[in-house]
Amino acid sequence: MNQRLRLPSWNVLGLLPAQLIMLLTLIIPVGIIILVSFSTRGPYGGFDYVFTTAPYKQILFNEGWSGELEFNPQYLIVVARTVILSLATTIICLALSFPVAYFISLQKTSAKMLLIYLVTLPFWVSMIVRVYSWIIILGNDGVIAKALRALGITNNIGSLLFTDTAMLIGLVYSYIPLMILPVFASIEKLDPALVEASHDLYGSRLTTLRRVILPLCRPGMVAGAILVFVPCLGAVLEPVLLGGGKTMMMGNLIQLQFGAARNWPLGAAISIVLMCAVMIFLLWRGIHAMRKEGRENGA
Amino acid sequence: MNSNVRRYPGFGLFSLIFFLYLYLPIAVVVFYSFNANRIVSNWGGFSLHWYTTALSNAALVGAVKTSLFVATIATVLSTIVALMAALVLVRGRNVRFRRVSETIVNLPLLLPEIVVAVAVLILFSEMGLTNGLLKLTIAHTTFCIPFAFLPIRARLQGMDADLEEAARDLYASSWVAFRRVTLPLILPGVFAGAMLAFVISMDDFITSNLLNSGGATTLPVYIFSLIKQGVSPQLNAISTLIMIVSVVLATVAFLLQRRQ
Repeated sequence: MNQRLRLPSWNVLGLLPAQLIMLLTLIIPVGIIILVSFSTRGPYGGFDYVFTTAPYKQILFNEGWSGELEFNPQYLIVVARTVILSLATTIICLALSFPVAYFISLQKTSAKMLLIYLVTLPFWVSMIVRVYSWIIILGNDGVIAKALRALGITNNIGSLLFTDTAMLIGLVYSYIPLMILPVFASIEKLDPALVEASHDLYGSRLTTLRRVILPLCRPGMVAGAILVFVPCLGAVLEPVLLGGGKTMMMGNLIQLQFGAARNWPLGAAISIVLMCAVMIFLLWRGIHAMRKEGRENGA
Repeated sequence: MNSNVRRYPGFGLFSLIFFLYLYLPIAVVVFYSFNANRIVSNWGGFSLHWYTTALSNAALVGAVKTSLFVATIATVLSTIVALMAALVLVRGRNVRFRRVSETIVNLPLLLPEIVVAVAVLILFSEMGLTNGLLKLTIAHTTFCIPFAFLPIRARLQGMDADLEEAARDLYASSWVAFRRVTLPLILPGVFAGAMLAFVISMDDFITSNLLNSGGATTLPVYIFSLIKQGVSPQLNAISTLIMIVSVVLATVAFLLQRRQ
């Protein structure tokens, strides 16, 4: 019985290092980010703790010489581009993943293992190398430009690099393994008898796909969508290397403020906006999942 | 005949194209790394010249050393911390705030990495910490913890708790029960977690780049600086070398997992 008295102390001791590290290096620093986002920009970069809401205003407005605020959508465009590109990446990943995951699930066990290994392999390869490879492919003198020239289709396709499309290609390429794995897992759980039953009841292949397979794979698709969408919102490498300096996403806009632009309060404010966007998305999914659970338990 | 119903025409071809898309960019980098010509996309014959230049590049070797140093320490620390947390969260009785505690351990996964990077950057600047290696090691340990934690937790949850209780019933102390029964059984999970943490640390760009002021340049940050100077065959050779190491690591992990 004296065990019961000793156990809680073990519980506390075991968790302490992890909790302490997170508190000191993450939770308190995020609090400091919030403080900095309401601070004044220092004369030589950095910041002074003098309260102001200017950094947040700066996201929406330009301040003129006499202090009047003029609406300037330059940062709002970056936020919008980030959300749109992340959504587009998620949708493209979903569309590409399902047929591939379904095809893999139909293979024999050994082939299945090999194909899943091939899906995950690029993920072990350095992220920066994978993004870099697209520079060689999309560049002005890159593989695609050369191929089009050789085929005599066009001599000048303009630059494929440093466009929204280039960023989208890079984002899909970077994150698609994160979509395939959960979708594959949910297809594997699918009972083949249900597909056959649908067929026996004269459901066409398309009807079976639409009414039986896809609804049952929803949990995997939702999990994959979260795994792709969230890191996309904070992407840095893809916009920096494939988007160039002009077409920015929130990730490299923040990086710029802490680097060359030396505007820490603005960078902190954009970080808080990004963090809130991710939190709202995760909370919304969490509430949705809880409601669904409640419905299923109630039924 | 019944399994035919489950097949969809075109999915096979689609998958083939997909795998080409997945591997073509990698193949392009490897192919051009053997290009003798200084200009990447003009083929000038086969050459290993860029591999010898890469391997004798002192800045590259320095960056590899920095990365290995940071990744090794961060892996050891984060795996120990994650193992302790997982033991309590899965096995502990009457743990208070279990859900909140688990969320806190996984916090780096819930925040966008750039926010984590900004958080540690501001923290270190407020503390006046200037040692680049120390900054990198602390930051990497933090974001590696959940990657080490999740495989260990999964392995612990899959393990039969009765085995541990049987050892305790046979008068093993809790330490002996852990060392002789629990640890050997969850070792594959611990290994998988450590490996994941190591790869995540080696691969990290966002945080290392933002903290780069202290003079400690990691491999991805060095590669980034090369890319900024422009595409070069030497860069392709370096990338190919990195890919070979990654593929070997991934294959070892895959084979180990399959043996289970």
